Amino acid sequence: MSQGPNMVVCIKQVPDSAQISVHPVTNTIMRQGVPTIINPYDLFALEAALRLRDQLGGKVTVLTMGPPMAVSALRKALGHGADEAILLSDRFFAGADTLATSYALTSAIQKLDSQHPVDLVFTGKQTIDGDTAQVGPGIARRMGLNQLTYVSAIPSIDLEAREICVHRRAEGGVQVLKTKLPCLITMLEASNEMRRGSLPDVLRSERAEIITWNAEAAGVEDLGKCGMKGSPTKVSKVFAPQPRAEKAKMIKADDGSPASLATAAIETMLAEDAGLLKVMAPQSTSA
Amino acid sequence: MTEHFDAIVVGAGPAGNSAALVMARAGLSVLQIERGEYPGAKNVQGAILYADAVERVIPDFRDSAPLERHIIEQRMWMLDDHAYVGSHFRSDQFNEERPNRYTIIRAQFDKWFSSKVKEAGALIICETTVTDLLRDTSGKVIGVKVDRDDGEVTADVVVLADGVNALVSSRAGLRPELKPQEVALGVKETIFMPRETIDARFNLKGNEGVVIEAAGTITAGMTGTGFLYTNGDSLSVGIGCLISDFAKSQVRPYFLLERFKQHPAIAPLIAGGESKEYAAHMLPEGGYHAVPQVHGDGWVMAGDAAQFLNAMHREGSNLAMTSGRLAAETIIAAKKAGKPMTAATLKAYRKALEDSFVLRDLKKYRRLPQILETNKHFFTDYPRLITHAAETMLRVDGVPKLDKERAVMASFRSTRKLRGLVVDLVKLGRAWR
Ligand SMILES: Cc1cc2nc3c(=O)[nH]c(=O)nc-3n(C[C@H](O)[C@H](O)[C@H](O)COP(=O)(O)OP(=O)(O)OC[C@H]3O[C@@H](n4cnc5c(N)ncnc54)[C@H](O)[C@@H]3O)c2cc1C
Repeated sequence: MSQGPNMVVCIKQVPDSAQISVHPVTNTIMRQGVPTIINPYDLFALEAALRLRDQLGGKVTVLTMGPPMAVSALRKALGHGADEAILLSDRFFAGADTLATSYALTSAIQKLDSQHPVDLVFTGKQTIDGDTAQVGPGIARRMGLNQLTYVSAIPSIDLEAREICVHRRAEGGVQVLKTKLPCLITMLEASNEMRRGSLPDVLRSERAEIITWNAEAAGVEDLGKCGMKGSPTKVSKVFAPQPRAEKAKMIKADDGSPASLATAAIETMLAEDAGLLKVMAPQSTSA
Repeated sequence: MTEHFDAIVVGAGPAGNSAALVMARAGLSVLQIERGEYPGAKNVQGAILYADAVERVIPDFRDSAPLERHIIEQRMWMLDDHAYVGSHFRSDQFNEERPNRYTIIRAQFDKWFSSKVKEAGALIICETTVTDLLRDTSGKVIGVKVDRDDGEVTADVVVLADGVNALVSSRAGLRPELKPQEVALGVKETIFMPRETIDARFNLKGNEGVVIEAAGTITAGMTGTGFLYTNGDSLSVGIGCLISDFAKSQVRPYFLLERFKQHPAIAPLIAGGESKEYAAHMLPEGGYHAVPQVHGDGWVMAGDAAQFLNAMHREGSNLAMTSGRLAAETIIAAKKAGKPMTAATLKAYRKALEDSFVLRDLKKYRRLPQILETNKHFFTDYPRLITHAAETMLRVDGVPKLDKERAVMASFRSTRKLRGLVVDLVKLGRAWR
């Protein structure tokens, strides 16, 4: 193996939320037939890892925990240029919340680490189906890695000094952070653009054997920390938000000019909600 | 380094899938390239599946294919603006163990078909568009180029099953540009409603299904037809006309579909349903005379790309599957005999097509496309005259029957003249053989 960084990118297969529909007859979500995609945020993580590999050599392994059908997400990742793919699949993993998920992924990364030390672990900022942003930090915590979240760029990495410098989005600006390897990075959206894999990449991805690990093969020590059992999160209720019963209103102005239309609109709003005036008053005096 | 395969198949529709499957099963190394996100992502069809053509490739397809309903009733309607006359054929014998026709949802069916191709051992790559053909110095096709880096790959033979647009074949000069009067544009909607509602409306039980084919003033004077098929818990409703007619009339296709849906014969059948999908696709309707050269040095062409579509009987997918299979069988035989994939070897494919229903049916109806394209009154005058005749004869109003018959005859004569009627009859007769 080359001297470059050994990287693991955690990805998740999610339903393409843009294409989810509600069954018109039964009113249930039509999961069947909804195309699945790689969680879009994870693609920024994968591309960031691929760029480092292009620059420095090394290896990019994609890792996912999921049902057998998640191999298609791994194949896609290979088609984008990842070197190796591992699927964590076991009925013990089913029903996992973020705590249990990070436990299982950590076991697998530790196993990889024991075979060849891992320098960088990547995840996306969050998933589009869970929106928790907890799995990445969970892995970092369990593995005792430095964690760099919401990373928008990786300007430099020094494998000799085992140091990495990143840009991290923070409230009101960008932090420039430096830390020691190994570490965990969660990538921010729009931090890069996923490449289109070459023809050899795509051919390789279709032929590749996807390594599948069950709990035992992944070196999971405590099955009680996996899946439903290891998930303290309880979902008490799932409901669809009530559509708001607001109606549009046609507002007419005498001469139809933009200025008088705007005046008419403001007058209508104030007339309908007297509270607005109170909110506006103190601001207008202090301004 | 460029990879080499025994065969490359362009496209994962019915034609490409059966070609790839048959070759892979025979042990050839096959690369299939599809531009859609997955096989079926780009495909639109009514859709009726003809079992025979599938059986010849996957004999036990009924065990695992996603099928909606088998068809037990066919309605053929001629419509004017208010009425329809027609024939219905319904037979309990269509409730056979191995039904002959099914309704399907193409996106699901193609995906399933593709899974079989994969099982057979072909390598399938999606989201990849073939942009060009590779040729050697003699002009022989030796592979393809795709829209990815390092995108060249070679093969002994390339099967072009890239559908009606056939941009690859056209760009490579293997096929003339499509003519607007030889292509139809079909628009289609999938309307959902509970299974029981469909069963009640169409008098069905179990997996029984109905097909309605319709022609008449619904196409606003253009050459075309409409259809309605029953799926499990949805209806496919669509209409299609020649592109040249759309261009001339400036009628918008979706407007035509909206109007068709509001026709008093159709509206009650779809009432209360929820429209969930809208799709448009072209159909090659030029028939026999529009069929291009279908083989050459290092290549063969199958399915819609080669214009194999029988518009009269609304058969396309079966011609596609059959031509794909015949292409594959030709290639396998050549390979076994150790022959090079030259035009001379691949000529056997054209011969196989001529011996099969594919070219024999297209040949039978070779005059039809031109006759229908140039005789719009078949879609306007006749439906009006015939529905009017039916109405006249059925209305009981004290007018003696003989007078009614005379009035009907007179209406035909004043619209088409005696000579016109005779000419139309001869034209249609000739078109049939
Ligand atoms: C509205 C409508 C209703 C129909 N109803 C029926 C019916 O009821 N019964 C019936 O039998 N037939 C019907 N047909 C016709 C039938 O759909 C076609 O005849 C059939 O799909 C042809 O199969 P094919 O494999 O040749 O082409 P297609 O099914 O069009 O497949 C071609 C494939 O090639 C891919 N492709 C194209 N170019 C490239 C490229 N450059 N690189 C990679 N991939 C490429 C496309 O994405 C596509 O997946 C209908 C058609 C329409 C439009």
